[in-house]
Amino acid sequence: MSDWLEATFTQQRPRAIAALTRVFRDIDTAEDAFADACLKALTVWKQDGAPRDPLAWLLATARNAGLDSLRKSQRRAAILSRHNGEFQPMLAETLDPDEMRDDVLRLLFICCHPELDRRDQIALALRIVAGLSVEEIASGFLVKPKAMEQRITRAKKKIASHSVAFETPNPEERGARLGEVSLMIYLMFNEGWSTSAGPSQMNLTLCEEAIRLARLLVALFPAMGEQAALLALLLLQHARRDARIDEQGKLVALDDQDRTLWNRTDIAEATAFLQKAQRINHRGVYIIQAAIAAAHACAPSPEDTDWALIESHYAALHALQPTPVVRLNQIAAQARLHGPQFALEAMESLSEDLSNYRWFHAMRGTLLQEVGDHQAAIAAFEAVMALAPTVPECVAIKDKILISKKELGHL
Amino acid sequence: MIYAITIYGEAGVFEALPKDRQDEVMSGHGALQTALKERGKFVSMKLMPPTSAVMVEPATSEGKPPLITDGPFADTKENFLGFYAADFNDLDEALNYAKLISSPIARLEVRPVAWAGGAISSE
Repeated sequence: MSDWLEATFTQQRPRAIAALTRVFRDIDTAEDAFADACLKALTVWKQDGAPRDPLAWLLATARNAGLDSLRKSQRRAAILSRHNGEFQPMLAETLDPDEMRDDVLRLLFICCHPELDRRDQIALALRIVAGLSVEEIASGFLVKPKAMEQRITRAKKKIASHSVAFETPNPEERGARLGEVSLMIYLMFNEGWSTSAGPSQMNLTLCEEAIRLARLLVALFPAMGEQAALLALLLLQHARRDARIDEQGKLVALDDQDRTLWNRTDIAEATAFLQKAQRINHRGVYIIQAAIAAAHACAPSPEDTDWALIESHYAALHALQPTPVVRLNQIAAQARLHGPQFALEAMESLSEDLSNYRWFHAMRGTLLQEVGDHQAAIAAFEAVMALAPTVPECVAIKDKILISKKELGHL
Repeated sequence: MIYAITIYGEAGVFEALPKDRQDEVMSGHGALQTALKERGKFVSMKLMPPTSAVMVEPATSEGKPPLITDGPFADTKENFLGFYAADFNDLDEALNYAKLISSPIARLEVRPVAWAGGAISSE
């Protein structure tokens, strides 16, 4: 029975912790109070059945539990001082969706504290907002639980010492918070998708949690095209999870993936969210990236891909985000349209900026193979190996080096 | 009489269940679908989450086109998630079939259909 209730608690947690953090102005108190309420729900709901509005029930119960424990605790004075002496009343019947979305956004924004490094921000969001255990987060980041525990404790201390305005943000501030939080969610997914180091290429827990948070933003901000597009983008990437690593643990390039393994449910849902986003807006970094991913997802094969459309999307993205990595992706699309020689020449201008970027060398190696310069291709692939690739990448790159060496042997 | 078995619940809770519990829910749906298929025609749909919806609101004044909005704030309460519809002998029988998909994360409503057209028809 408790499995079923746990799923409800997981679903309610972000909103509940967010609202309770506003009430208590203290994240630890909010987390403890929510845990107390869930414990109570386990007995009461089993007896009387789950309430029609589980969130309202949990919030009212958690608020009482929190007040109760504060009465007994020494932290009371410190926390009360943040409230001018009195707690805000919060009645179960008056859950205001506008207030709720600002609460959740604030909580996520608190996790994005600028003095924390990005991975600590992500770890904190996973712990506080998503409610993952320290062990789960540690395995997501491939570190020991003890080390993760210390990092989270340190990060929590840092955010506690920093005051965040609890007033309703103005539209500009809200927009800025939404941008920062969306980026954190995007990077959480990427962290899971290409686990920066170590034996595994993917950590699906991080990817799934990022998708859950992206869904939460869409639910809270239905009129924001960029957030609908962020969800679409993550779902489109995630749809390829089973095709991306082969049975030997080798990373499979997009072109070589078995497209029947792509998850059609995810692609369908992503398409729905992208269409919704494009009704609102066409020019946004997530909207353009989702449109690129959708162009791949709906192509039956690499040859049937609309590379001209993808190239134009990258050009538009580069106008918004003029980074060398975006330019490199644009050139990759150009290689399909104008051939490998064209792309190799275009890449030269990036060689300094991207000298430490594995994908630059990997792409260069592949293009050099295509034009038959296997000596240079081997050098490019060896440059990848020198930049600490993940194990699945290593396997794929070693294969490629072998191919070029064989070619050279034939000559 | 055609009855609709409509499913209400909170979007995302099914996804938060552990895999074996998800399988449990799905096996109920599998059983219902097999049973309905044996009886004849039926219609069933699972909707995407409410956040994927766009609303077509009535026009604000005569002669104006209807208003398209990006959807309501997703309620944290129950949502319409999907339905089955089929011809049953009577209410009791419809209820017995509905029981196959009963689970702690969904509330079911069994409701007689006044008119049906398309894949199944009341005429």
